[in-house]
Amino acid sequence: MAILSSASSNVIDCDIHPTVPSIDALLPYMNEHWQDTIVQRGVHELETISYPKNAPLTVRPDWRPKKGVPAANVDLIRKQALDPFGTSIAILNCLYGVQLLMSEDMASSFASAVNDWITAEFLDKEPRLRASIVIPTQSPEMAVNEIERLANDERFVSVLMLVMDENPLGRRLYWPIYAAAERHSLPICVHAGSTYKHPVTSVGWPSYYTEDYASNAAAFHNMVTSFICEGVFAKFTDLKIVLAESGFTWFPAHLWRLTKFWRGLRAEIPWVDRPPIEIAREHFRLTLQPIDAPPTTEQFEQLMNHMGSDEMLLYSTDYPHWQFDETNVIPEGIPKDLAIKIMEQNPKNTYPRLSAPLNNGIDQ
Amino acid sequence: MNIDILSHEKNLLKSRARIAVADCDIHPSPKSVEIEIFPFLSKRWQEYMKTYGVIYRQGFPTGPAFPKGQPNAARRDSYPTSGGKPGSDLAFMQSQHLGPNNIQLGVLNPLQCAQGVQNQDFSAAYCNAVNQWQIEQWTSKDHRLKASLMVPYEDPLASVKEIEKWAGNEHFIQVLLLSRTAEPLGQRKYWPIYDAACKAGLPVAIHAFGYGGAPVTGGGWPSFYIEEMVGHAQNTQSLLTSMVIEGVFEKFPTLRLILVEAGFAWLPALSWRLDKLWDRMRDEIPQVSRPPSQLIREHVWLTTQPMEEPEVSNQLLDTIEWIGWENLLFATDYPHWDYDDPSRAMPIKIDKHQKESFFLNNALKLYGLEQ
Repeated sequence: MAILSSASSNVIDCDIHPTVPSIDALLPYMNEHWQDTIVQRGVHELETISYPKNAPLTVRPDWRPKKGVPAANVDLIRKQALDPFGTSIAILNCLYGVQLLMSEDMASSFASAVNDWITAEFLDKEPRLRASIVIPTQSPEMAVNEIERLANDERFVSVLMLVMDENPLGRRLYWPIYAAAERHSLPICVHAGSTYKHPVTSVGWPSYYTEDYASNAAAFHNMVTSFICEGVFAKFTDLKIVLAESGFTWFPAHLWRLTKFWRGLRAEIPWVDRPPIEIAREHFRLTLQPIDAPPTTEQFEQLMNHMGSDEMLLYSTDYPHWQFDETNVIPEGIPKDLAIKIMEQNPKNTYPRLSAPLNNGIDQ
Repeated sequence: MNIDILSHEKNLLKSRARIAVADCDIHPSPKSVEIEIFPFLSKRWQEYMKTYGVIYRQGFPTGPAFPKGQPNAARRDSYPTSGGKPGSDLAFMQSQHLGPNNIQLGVLNPLQCAQGVQNQDFSAAYCNAVNQWQIEQWTSKDHRLKASLMVPYEDPLASVKEIEKWAGNEHFIQVLLLSRTAEPLGQRKYWPIYDAACKAGLPVAIHAFGYGGAPVTGGGWPSFYIEEMVGHAQNTQSLLTSMVIEGVFEKFPTLRLILVEAGFAWLPALSWRLDKLWDRMRDEIPQVSRPPSQLIREHVWLTTQPMEEPEVSNQLLDTIEWIGWENLLFATDYPHWDYDDPSRAMPIKIDKHQKESFFLNNALKLYGLEQ
């Protein structure tokens, strides 16, 4: 089970989560107007119902510090997320409710503040860390500005979006974001979570957190459909989409279905000129954890065959979320050479900036 | 798919293994609502319908939010020679589908009419009319055909009345709901329907589609019909998740659920996900007494159309093994364009027992129609 740290000396963890300890931590990175606004209006913390802070899944028990906020500083991340796993590089995907805000101006201010906080508190302090750029998806124009503002700093290696935004992610209004990302060799990281602009299911709001979390998988199905059917990859031929904290065992069955319907309905989407399952294997990558795994190793091996590619999975711990115990990140049924590919080569092939010499933008 | 089947009929007949088939999803239509349905509606509702039409939770009164891939979503060769809509002529259905495909049992699922209608009283009256119409025009004339008991599910008390009205009537073999409901189907609001169905000894079938008002994805409305069609499977996953997590199967241990026209290959991954989450969040959902995968295996059946088609066709066998052969019910979706032909739908060699279960016996057993 715990073969990983001995198996490779170059482990790349593609999905870990730093916590914004409080809104106060962001104030130094905002202009006077927003500092005033947040204090005068008593703006609340932007933690979201996607991860209720005391829910078992949100933080693994042994990763809850006795005092203070989990995963909120670089020391905790070193001690819990990097060292025990022999991680050489880890990508920070900060899940703070920026994308949920109704005002695009407020969202833009928060996005910049989060990115600058990540730079100062993590990237500048720990050379093993990289990050995704948080963008205000409420305004594609402002989102592009934020990408352009940070693109010179190559410690930012991707662009973060939530799987449930106000519109399906393939829709053309988001395309300026994809153009900017492709221009700067940044994949788009689509992460579990909702902006809650719509009910999380197509039948309305559920009753339990368990359902909310489960619904992410359906939304990932929907967004794979959307990216492909809208023709995002016909337009942005180099773009990679990383589906993070998505689970992956649903992937083959969904693409079988989409490909079958494409055969019957391709006249509606003529820019999709080859089977969606081929497009999907080329452009989508999925992080390893959580694994919604079948009960037996034999079934897991069959499922891995159904995936039809050894290039799609990217190693991730999903720290501090509780997806596994100890250091058992890689499940039975993944042979050692594939494990090494998942930990090292697949991430490098997905994030061009992980292979390039590091430029933090300061020397430019 | 949309090919000209009639002209190849002879060739098909030669190659077709004429195994007896239960088709668990056939869509009948009235030739004309005024001629065939109005006789079962009161004067008040006839006038209402003429004046206001049928108003669903969507903007277009005369067609779906996403225009279909074909007129009426139908096979081009399914228009009856006598005129009228596909699925509106029994004799034509018999000669095109029931006879040549050796259909022993055909389950009628009338769609896009009485359910999910905004006006609750009208929905109840309309469902009742369609129920009477199914007997009058279809099941009393061809005993291979069985009717679905239409209920106005957004008004569960009216639904219970409709179920009680027909309980014990041999023409009806299931209660029918659409999948796009206003709230997740596991929620308490809908429980009286499950209670009444169990008491009447009827399984509850949930057919993909409908008009709940929420976008078909948790991230808003997509652009294309293909996205909505593919999305029915995610929609069905959401309602099944709700029913499992709310504890519906604990509350109604004899409930049998049939998921219609949403595919099936997605079920294993969903079950594994729910098992994992159940294990992690048992303190939140103590009403779920056992791993979700077990509850699903015991309570849930799925119709097969549209069958998923892997590039390596044998991979479908792995998937069916994971689900369980006995949980699948063959369906064609006649007369719709994405019809699965029984002679071609199972592209893999399977043994005689599996074949008979898959195409016929699972359905006869579930519906209590075994000889």
